[in-house]
Amino acid sequence: MLTVAIVALVKVIVVLVIFLLMIAYLTWWERKLLAHFQVRLGPMRVGPHGLLQPLADGLKLLFKEDITPAGSNRIIFTLAPIITFVPTFMVLAVIPFGKSITLFGKSIDLIISDFNMGILYIFAVVSLGVYGIVLAGWSSNNKYSLLGGLRSSAQMISYEVSLGLSVIGILMLSGSLSLVNIVNQQDSILNWYIFRQPLAFVIFLICALAEINRIPFDLPEADNELVAGYYTEYSSMKFAMFFLGEYGSMINASAIATTLFFGGWQGPWLPPVVWFLIKIGAFLSFFIWLRATLPRFRYDQLMRFGWGILLPLALLNIFITAIIMVW
Amino acid sequence: MLNYINSLLAIPRGLLVTFKHLFKPAVTLRYPEVKEKLPERYRGLHYLARDENGDEKCVCCGLCALACPSGCIYMEPGENQRGERYARVYEINELRCIFCGYCEEACPVGAIFLGKEYEFSNDKREKFIYTKEELLVPLPGEKKV
Repeated sequence: MLTVAIVALVKVIVVLVIFLLMIAYLTWWERKLLAHFQVRLGPMRVGPHGLLQPLADGLKLLFKEDITPAGSNRIIFTLAPIITFVPTFMVLAVIPFGKSITLFGKSIDLIISDFNMGILYIFAVVSLGVYGIVLAGWSSNNKYSLLGGLRSSAQMISYEVSLGLSVIGILMLSGSLSLVNIVNQQDSILNWYIFRQPLAFVIFLICALAEINRIPFDLPEADNELVAGYYTEYSSMKFAMFFLGEYGSMINASAIATTLFFGGWQGPWLPPVVWFLIKIGAFLSFFIWLRATLPRFRYDQLMRFGWGILLPLALLNIFITAIIMVW
Repeated sequence: MLNYINSLLAIPRGLLVTFKHLFKPAVTLRYPEVKEKLPERYRGLHYLARDENGDEKCVCCGLCALACPSGCIYMEPGENQRGERYARVYEINELRCIFCGYCEEACPVGAIFLGKEYEFSNDKREKFIYTKEELLVPLPGEKKV
């Protein structure tokens, strides 16, 4: 019993530390890659090629003054960043990141909890993040924040349905909600769900971009119209929490897409964990590439796109999958 | 329909454009280490020239001050040991100067020039009023003020 608890604790700590490190270096990677897309150099000063920049940024944020604007709802204002930040960590619990390994004669599964309703859990937890954004916008006593929060809720109702429906096809094929089973089924590249559910993948990717508030769906932030959107009034560690939450959910979206469509940790020659990280990295780089390329949607466009195109396509996908399965 | 397909194709096309840019060398100059090569006729900080004997060329005629559109040149005439007119006081307010180069054009004796120095930021406004000693080209062996 005790060993089980210790193993679980060690796994949690290792995953958390790696996750935080990944977030820190994702900010560096984004700035660097985006800079090169724009024929710039990006951070170069702090350490070789700016490699220590995330540490400097973190330190700077830590020492900034923590401001709560006058007229804001103090409790909700403090709670909002936590609500956005915590779910991103909770998602990690059900994502398998490697095959079982044997340590000191004990077999250890490289997943924090093999939960038989993994996907449902992820969708439940991930959609909590929106509340943080909406509450942050509402409690800041600032019109730009409020507009950001409103847009976030408008955005959420446009993509959430399609996001849920896009994975139904996979659930029908796999017959399981457990992410471990889904990964195990994709044991060769031909069995990857991307090849059996290409339409679902496209829908999922678009909705995931909306979920993590990335360009072209970064309406709640919209730097050039809303100052900084929902976190305009935030500073210091509260701002850092939003930031961590945002980049964390970017990693989560990549991890979920990898697990569902690209065979998770499956891959030849290299160790499973390495494959998992490579695939996540590819997704993250793709998100940054999109950011360097696409302009932002207007939010009526987003709603029309979500309800008028994505939803029918998602339903069509389920329909076709069902027909093929019965055939 | 064709319209939709066209706008959908715009996305991969755009992605290709940005992807090509990824491999171009960055245009960034790493400033303090690498400096831009200035053009031949760059107009930077003024300097007052000397003749071949090392004497100040300026005769304090006041034409530069007259030509100056921002009125940033101030001078007071004096007489040197040889009984020649010279600028006893010559000041340029570099904050007001717009670096148009008219003073250089107006000068009948070729005494004032705009050099290539552009790194003269400072922390006090008063320090931007450059005196004659600061503007004069140092004599050989003399240290720049």
